[in-house]
Amino acid sequence: MKHLFTAMSLPAEERKPAAVGKLVTMFRPDHKFERGEGESELVVENLNVHIKQQHILKEISLTIPDKKITCIIGPSGCGKSTLLKTFNRLIDSVEGVRVSGRVLLNGEDIVGSGGAEIINLRRKMGLISQKPCPLPMSIFDNVAYGCRVHGIRNRRKLRMIVRHYLEAAGLWEEVKERLNTPAARLSIGQQQRLCLARSLAVEPHFILADEATSALDPISSKTIEELFIALKQHYSIVMVTHTLRQALRVADHVVFMYLGQVIEAGPADQVFNNPTNKLTQKYLSGIFS
Amino acid sequence: MKLKFAEERLFKILMMGATLTVLAFVGSIIYSILSKGWSAMSWDMILKVPGGGFYVGKEGGFLNAIVGSIYVVGASALLGLLISIPVVFYLNIYLRRESRLAYVARIAYDVLFGIPSIVYGAFGFTIMIYFGLKTSLLGGIIVITLLIIPIFIRSMDEVARQFPREILDATYSLGATRLETIRVVLRQIAPGIATATLLSVGRAIGDAAGVMFTAGYTDSIPTSLSQPAATLPLAVFFQLSSPIKEVQDRAYAAALVLTLIVLVLSILGRYVTNRFAKHKLK
Repeated sequence: MKHLFTAMSLPAEERKPAAVGKLVTMFRPDHKFERGEGESELVVENLNVHIKQQHILKEISLTIPDKKITCIIGPSGCGKSTLLKTFNRLIDSVEGVRVSGRVLLNGEDIVGSGGAEIINLRRKMGLISQKPCPLPMSIFDNVAYGCRVHGIRNRRKLRMIVRHYLEAAGLWEEVKERLNTPAARLSIGQQQRLCLARSLAVEPHFILADEATSALDPISSKTIEELFIALKQHYSIVMVTHTLRQALRVADHVVFMYLGQVIEAGPADQVFNNPTNKLTQKYLSGIFS
Repeated sequence: MKLKFAEERLFKILMMGATLTVLAFVGSIIYSILSKGWSAMSWDMILKVPGGGFYVGKEGGFLNAIVGSIYVVGASALLGLLISIPVVFYLNIYLRRESRLAYVARIAYDVLFGIPSIVYGAFGFTIMIYFGLKTSLLGGIIVITLLIIPIFIRSMDEVARQFPREILDATYSLGATRLETIRVVLRQIAPGIATATLLSVGRAIGDAAGVMFTAGYTDSIPTSLSQPAATLPLAVFFQLSSPIKEVQDRAYAAALVLTLIVLVLSILGRYVTNRFAKHKLK
C-alpha cells in the first residue's frame, strides 16, 4: 500500500514495482481530478450549530492542519459527529438545523455555499462512517459510482481507477476475482475498506472518519488505522473517536470536546502529556467518558 | 400449570385449523376450475377467436380475451411503474420525514387503494363520454393504470420508507445530487418494485369491473388503441351467463387460463424477488 503512493511521487524511471508505476502513468494524464496534493487547510471560526431548540455546537474555533491525523475526542453526545457533518454539509439533511459562523476551506467559506459548490465540497471531503455502508451494488460499481457521478464513463479508465483505489485500501488482492459480486457479501472489515476505496476514488483532500473502526473487529480496525497512517502523506485526516487508546496511537493533533465546546486543542504530544485544562485532565485519566 | 399446557395445545390446534381451512379454500377453487375447465380445454381455446359471436357461437376459443388482457395489463403495468417510481422517489428522498405534503399524499393514496374498481370503471366511462370516446383498448389501459397506481405506490413506499439513511449520506458524501441517488435507491428497493409489479399485475389481470365499461368486449383482437378489447375476466363473466353449453365451457377454460396465469405470476414473483434482492443491504 505504501509503495503505491511512494511510486507516484518518484520520477517515472524509479517507480517500483513496475506494474504499479505503469498503472499510475496510464490513467494519470487524462484523469480529470486533481489529487489531494497541495495545501488544504480547514479553519473553523465561531461556529454555532442549533438543531431545533438545542444548541449543539457552541462557538467552535479551530484549525485542522494539513496532511496530519487530527483526532476529535470527547464523551458521547458532545457534538463530535455534528462537527464532522458540518465539514461536508451533510448537516443540511438534518431537520431544523441552523448553522452560523464560518468554516473556511482554503480561505473559502463553506457554510454559505450552495448547489454546485456543495457537490464540489463533498467530493473534497471523503466520509467514512461508523457502520460500513456499501452501496447496494457490486464491489466494482461501489468504487466506480463516485467517478460515474462526476462524469467518468470510459470502462477502461474506470477499471484502472477501481483497481488503483482498491489497492490503496489494501483490498485488491482479496476481491480481484469477484469484482462483480454484491458488496454486501464482503465481511464487515472488508466493507469498511471498500468504503475507504470508494471515498478515495473521487480524490478528496480530507478524509473524515466518524468512529470508523468502532464497529470492526480488532484486526480490521488495526488495518484501517495503519491505512490512515499511510494515507496521511497525501490527505488530511479528521477522526472522531471515543477510544482514547486509538487517539494515542494515531493522532498528530488532538481536539477535545465537551458539551458542544472545544475545551482544548493542540499537538497530540502536548494535549496528552501536558493538558492545560482540568476537564481534559479528568477525561484523560478516565474519570468520565 | 396443566391449564397452561392445555391452553397452548388448544390454540395451536386452532391456528393450524385456520391455516388448513385457507389452504382447503385455495385447493377447492383450483379443483373446481380444473375439473370444469380441463375437459373444455383444447388448443383451439387458446389459439382461436370465438366463431359466430362469443355469446352464441359454439366454435373457436378466447384468444381475443388472452391477447386483450395481455395488452391491457402489460401497458398499464408499464405506465403504472413509470408514474409510481417518481412519486415514491419524491415522497421518500425529496420530502422531509415530517412533510405535510407527504402526509396528505400518503392518505390520498390509501383512499385510492380502497376505492372499488367499479368506481374507477364508472369514472373512466364518464370521462370517456365527456370526450366523446367509445369503449376502447386505450380507455381500458387508462382505467387499469389508475387502478393499480395506488397498489404500486403503497407497496413500493413501504419498502422505500425502510431505506437506510446512511446509504443516502454515503451517496451524498461522494458528491451525488439527490436525483443521482436514484440508481442507488432503485437497487436497494428493487425487490419491493418486483413485488409491487406482481401484486399490481395480479390485480389488473383479474379485474372485470374496471374494463367492463371502458375496454368493452369484442370477438376480435384489437389492432389499434381506439378499438374495443376483450379481457379474460369478462370472457368468464359474459360466456358463463350464456345458455349454450359450449359457450359455458369456454368460460371455464378461460377461468382456468386466468387462474394459471395468476399462479405462474406468483411463483415467478418469489423467484424474481429473490434475484432482485442480490445487492440489497440488510
